[in-house]
Amino acid sequence: MTGCWGISPSAGTAQTGTPRKGGRIRVASVSSSTADTLDPARGALSTDYARHYMLYSGLTQFDSNLTPQPALAEEIQEEGRILWTLKLRKGVRFHDGKPLAPTDVVYSLLRHRNPLTASKMKVVAAQFAEVRASAANEVQIRLTAPNADLPALLADSHFLIVKDGTTDFRTAVGTGPYRCKDFNPGVRTLATRNPEYWKPNKPYLDEIELVGIADESARVNALLSGDVQLINAIDPRSAHRIRSSPDYRLQETPSGLYTDLIMRQDARPTNDPAFVTAMKDLFDREQIASAVFRGYARLGNDQPVPPGNRYYFAGIPQRRYDPDRARFTLRKAGLLGTRLPVYCSPAAEGSVEMAALLQQSAAKVGLELAVERVPADGYWSHHWMKHPLGFGNTNPRPTVDLLFSTLFKSDAPWNESGWNNERFDQLLLAARSAGDESRRKQLYADMQVLVHEHCGVAIPAFISLLDAYDRRLQGYGSIPIGGLMGYSFAEHVWWTG
Amino acid sequence: MLVRLILKRLGLAALTLLLVSGIVFSIASWLPGDAAQAALGQSATPELLAAMRAQMGLDQPALVRYIHWIAGLLTGDAGRSLANDLPVSDLIAKRLPKSLLLAAFTTAVSVPLALGIGILAAMYRGSRLDRALSIATVAMVAVPEFLVATLAVLVFSVQLHWLPALSYIPDDPSLRQLARAYAMPVLTLSFVVSAQMARMTRAAVIDQLDRPYVEMAALKGIRPARIVLTHALPNAVGPIANAVALSLSYLLGGAIIVETIFNYPGIASLMVDAVSNRDMPLLQACAMIFAAAYLALVLIADICAILSNPRLRGT
Repeated sequence: MTGCWGISPSAGTAQTGTPRKGGRIRVASVSSSTADTLDPARGALSTDYARHYMLYSGLTQFDSNLTPQPALAEEIQEEGRILWTLKLRKGVRFHDGKPLAPTDVVYSLLRHRNPLTASKMKVVAAQFAEVRASAANEVQIRLTAPNADLPALLADSHFLIVKDGTTDFRTAVGTGPYRCKDFNPGVRTLATRNPEYWKPNKPYLDEIELVGIADESARVNALLSGDVQLINAIDPRSAHRIRSSPDYRLQETPSGLYTDLIMRQDARPTNDPAFVTAMKDLFDREQIASAVFRGYARLGNDQPVPPGNRYYFAGIPQRRYDPDRARFTLRKAGLLGTRLPVYCSPAAEGSVEMAALLQQSAAKVGLELAVERVPADGYWSHHWMKHPLGFGNTNPRPTVDLLFSTLFKSDAPWNESGWNNERFDQLLLAARSAGDESRRKQLYADMQVLVHEHCGVAIPAFISLLDAYDRRLQGYGSIPIGGLMGYSFAEHVWWTG
Repeated sequence: MLVRLILKRLGLAALTLLLVSGIVFSIASWLPGDAAQAALGQSATPELLAAMRAQMGLDQPALVRYIHWIAGLLTGDAGRSLANDLPVSDLIAKRLPKSLLLAAFTTAVSVPLALGIGILAAMYRGSRLDRALSIATVAMVAVPEFLVATLAVLVFSVQLHWLPALSYIPDDPSLRQLARAYAMPVLTLSFVVSAQMARMTRAAVIDQLDRPYVEMAALKGIRPARIVLTHALPNAVGPIANAVALSLSYLLGGAIIVETIFNYPGIASLMVDAVSNRDMPLLQACAMIFAAAYLALVLIADICAILSNPRLRGT
């Protein structure tokens, strides 16, 4: 089957008024350190992603529904979802004037496979069996196995296109809307408008300064005093400070971000299906959404695909707080009176509060949980997935396939609960190569049911991303892959101050 | 004599720095995780980790890495940062001047202020003024600086819009821009350090005022102000200089909270970055700078004490 992957008109932004050129803004993101990088492959934090989308362009890009839209790849054709042909846009130039060529794309994609690149996407890039320049303006990607999601994967910031042969990332030479004027890791990134940007009339601003302010209240204060014009990662507790002022806007982005309880399947008693079911019943999801996240969250149903995603399966009944059923299940399995530590950390957003609530509801049914709060520093390397009972945190993933294959598949590196479900793995491979959309939907629905019922991962809520900005900043919207308009605000916004 | 003492002190300082570097290195190696894990975070896989470690040289034993680092430092090469592969000296060269500038401004404000408060309180010992100053300084010591800084931002930036909430210095700053950018950081730091210095100054001056020679001077009919300034104060210089040195040593590493809240790119936040990224070469270099600054301040304080006290000069 040969398909042409079309162009849809949706622009992905809430347009208000006519864009105007000029102005400079300062943007404060959540963190910045000497580990800041200009190498898209190494991007680790929202500040990195925002910086990279500012300076580089990808082959595709997300719109507000997370549907990939053509970018540097003008047209994409596929055969059997295994051989992909990308026709590159003509007349695109790098910031140093060099025209975009297929070799740049080949280099940018293949460098992820080299361990020394230290790419965050090495696992994903392993499916590129071959990437080659197939014609003057054309790149062909042959995958190791069919994957219908390739266009979405290529929209990820790690796959942004760099110049052929680049190894020195002290400055950035990309094809993005802004050019790198100054980059000082841990201090700031200063970018100026790229007048030769390949999108007509864009971008609008003259200059963007991107800084990191780690302290949340300092970040909010900086916005409210007019020192910065856009900030991300607002604590739900500070939301009222922004909403109470007419000069500032709060942007809530419902997302696939979740903090989950991990019940390891290789330890007692968390591998007992009765224990898993009881814990899922013990979460008071409404309370978590309203008390922990102040309403800036949606109820989770232990299925990792968020509502609003095109593959979200709405047919699973919402799990509710049911202490009686939990007590019954635990008694039947002889687990009443069990004592167990539950590990939480500020590293996993809201997990400390969620652990405290869980401890209370567990105590009521006769389960003694001890809340072990550990520091954020080193949590991912030393606690995450290392205790029978603990919390994890998962950022929105661009595709359901990526979500399932990196976090739930039996041999996934971050198979959080050590879950091993043969049927799930089979369905995953089947869905990846399924060309028919409705069949894919059905397969993903079956998988969501499996996770909901059997997996040792409880997802009580999906957390909304909160950004805030100066009212004079226009064109701002939501792209639910992350805050700051899916990190790509730079090319969408204009200033009316 | 003084020259010999200084040379001896410098020799001891070098030894101390060596010890400090060894201690910092071994403590840091107890931290959970290494630079490769910190860089990869949640996405670390064994294969990726091994590749990163080899690239960073972390696959070598700790002792080898330490000796390599010391050898490099002796030839003036502080190594490269593990987090971003930039030379450590470049990173420090960008940040240290900012920290020193902030420290200098704070010193210029806080030392005269503290000495003034301390001497005033000592002269009017037991009076209402003294008690008020005592309470004020105790309060200043007790209030954590993040509270002072945050309240200052809320009042002067968010409410009144007088001062910027972030301390940004443009490339070519005017005097007014400098004053606005530094006002709140300097205020906050002065708040913390001057209280300590003022209390120590008061104690040192009072200690002298209780001596018989001051009683003698008073009996001779010398005015109290003159007694304090020309008789008691010179004798109190030693302890005061020590108190000042101790307080000022805080201004480099201790400025971390001020640097964080005002987003001021100084060397303390560089060191915090180094710790959280497990960036050993950078961490070591920062630790060396803090230790060296501390030793230098203590040395200067001692020299002040010796110069002001003829009895010490001869030894």
